[in-house]
Amino acid sequence: MSQDYAGKAPAPRVPCDVAHKGAADGGLNRREFLAGAGLTAMSAIATTVAGAAPGFIESMLRRHFKELSPDEVQERLRLLEEEYSSRFGKKVTVAATPPMENVLFGYALDLSRCIGCRRCVYACVHENNQSRDPQIHWIRVLEMAKERGIDLEEADPYYDHDTVPQEDSFYMPVACQQCRNPPCTRVCPVQATWQEPDGIVVIDYDWCIGCRYCMAACPYGARHFNWGNPQIPAAGLNTDMHVLGNRPRVAGVVEKCTFCIQRVRKGRYPACVEICPVGARKFGNLLDENSELRYLMREKRVFVLKEDLNTQPKFYYFYAT
Amino acid sequence: MRGPINFIIGSVRLVLRGGKAYYAWMAFLLALILWGGIAYVDQLRHGLIMTGMRDQVSWAFYIGNFTFLVGVAAAAVLLVIPAYVYSWKPIKEVAIFGELLAISAIVMCLLFVTVDIGRPERFWHLLPLVGALNVPASLLAWDVLVLNGYLVLNVVIVVYLLYTAFNKQPYNKNFVVPLILLSIPAAISIHTVTAFVYNGLAARPFWNASILAPRFIASAFCSGPAILLILFQILQRTTSIRLQDEAIWKIAELMAYAMFFNLFLFGAEIFKEYYSNTYHLSHTRYLYSGLHGHTALVPYAWASFFCSVVAFLLFLIPSTRKNIVTLNLGCLLIYSGVYIEKGLALVIPGMTPDVLGEIYEYTPTLTEIRIGAAIFSIGFLIFTVLCKIAIPIIQGEYSVDSLKS
Repeated sequence: MSQDYAGKAPAPRVPCDVAHKGAADGGLNRREFLAGAGLTAMSAIATTVAGAAPGFIESMLRRHFKELSPDEVQERLRLLEEEYSSRFGKKVTVAATPPMENVLFGYALDLSRCIGCRRCVYACVHENNQSRDPQIHWIRVLEMAKERGIDLEEADPYYDHDTVPQEDSFYMPVACQQCRNPPCTRVCPVQATWQEPDGIVVIDYDWCIGCRYCMAACPYGARHFNWGNPQIPAAGLNTDMHVLGNRPRVAGVVEKCTFCIQRVRKGRYPACVEICPVGARKFGNLLDENSELRYLMREKRVFVLKEDLNTQPKFYYFYAT
Repeated sequence: MRGPINFIIGSVRLVLRGGKAYYAWMAFLLALILWGGIAYVDQLRHGLIMTGMRDQVSWAFYIGNFTFLVGVAAAAVLLVIPAYVYSWKPIKEVAIFGELLAISAIVMCLLFVTVDIGRPERFWHLLPLVGALNVPASLLAWDVLVLNGYLVLNVVIVVYLLYTAFNKQPYNKNFVVPLILLSIPAAISIHTVTAFVYNGLAARPFWNASILAPRFIASAFCSGPAILLILFQILQRTTSIRLQDEAIWKIAELMAYAMFFNLFLFGAEIFKEYYSNTYHLSHTRYLYSGLHGHTALVPYAWASFFCSVVAFLLFLIPSTRKNIVTLNLGCLLIYSGVYIEKGLALVIPGMTPDVLGEIYEYTPTLTEIRIGAAIFSIGFLIFTVLCKIAIPIIQGEYSVDSLKS
């Protein structure tokens, strides 16, 4: 399916904002030198102690993604493709598709339609190469009693019925709310996570140190940590990857929903929107007045979660009926 | 170059010599370090899944201990202020031990953070210039700066004082006094910044209260001296150091005031939470009465409260403050009370229930306990070694002259 969420052809691509900040200098610069000199000895020890795979030192010395020159980005992508292709035994592509101009992604979810089937949860797991063991889910579906209304304290994320929806319940899926004012990026001690120009909050998995301060700061439980070594069966691997999105992660780093950055920057819908059997999930460009999203915001009444925290989500909930 | 080399040789000799008890103590610490070190290698290999932490409770035992120990390190200032600023004699000789304790505690803090992070080999991302330290936005970045700054400051002061004493030179007041004065705001800042790490998170109402930083300071001014008072008595028995009772009583009295302030702030917090009875109360309720049948922290929370109250009374009443038995009991009670309060009882209820209302009941695993034991052992080891060097030098029993004979 290649539906166009914005109701128009994608705007011409512009160079990725993150890709042209660093200078394209050849050879070692001072930073690399300092980092390299101080760390070679330590990495040797770490390799022996942790029994780490070859390439450990290279990955340990990787620089911040935003500091890479366009050439270095290409080099990084090639390196990652090689790594994943050999690990999973299939051809993998890792892209760094840049944001489109005049696009600010937004999301809306119709609580009156959601039936709590969790298809979105597993479509997301497959699309975004989440670990199957231990399981990581970017979407958490909360079952709530109709007679109580939205009440997080009484919500049940582990409901397990033969059929859904249950008569007296309604369902509220929660994932990253893609805040305009994200508390998670501000607290990161090493600037490993940031908001892209199209509004997607991303993480550089090669730069994250795994301190989990962002998880403490997120009011929506949207960030997930790789507590163990993530396992993905080769058969279930999605080989269409984005460097800031669904490429396989390592143990000890944080990950989160990226609105399926590998899809939406190419004009496709997120996997959860496509899979939803009842059409409860809507996605589009907040800057385009003719988008379905803006139509909903105009014609229905939308609300955001925990609006008192001033996070200003770009993820809206509404009741269509 | 002769001076520094002599100092190092002299120090190494002091550390290597000792009685049976000393060697047994060091062997015990090294065994614990090995035991925990093996657990850490396991954790490096399998990931933090070896701990009891999960997405719902993503900080726990390690960060709790870190927070407690920041308090211990900061409390050295309580002894430094009267000792140096008002040159109040009896405390002056104990102040140096406050600084030694601060060094040991800060090293433990840094180790607890190190074992808590998922990719420790990427620590260089935190280095200024080489990495991408997120200042001024991230409070954790500030914490890295102030903690390391405080460590360097204390190391410089202690090494300089010992070095001059070892060489029987008078120390340069113009150099030392400004550094000591600087260590006072530095001590306050490490604790304030650490409190702000939690305080700034609107997502966690249990921490998002302005009273947090003052409470951190108040409880630190109890726990740090409590450890010192016990250590002094151990030093009195095992070394030639003699302290005046006056000094000990004075410290105990200061602790009573600090504990009063801590309990008052605690009461203010409890009133606000229970009287306003908003959603935010659920964290406090989880701590003190349990939530939906989950009561893992309740006994610890009440134990902490009773320890603090009883210790406050023991230190408030002059006769129990001056009695060696009740004084030590009070120290133990304060230590336990604040250890629970600033450790598990601060971090875990902040994350239970989690931001979407789920209750995940955290308990530490053996891996966490072993690694924690190893880090405490490293701290004790550092403190022991520092004392082993410092005491004879301060007492004038050991100097550059001793090397000649």
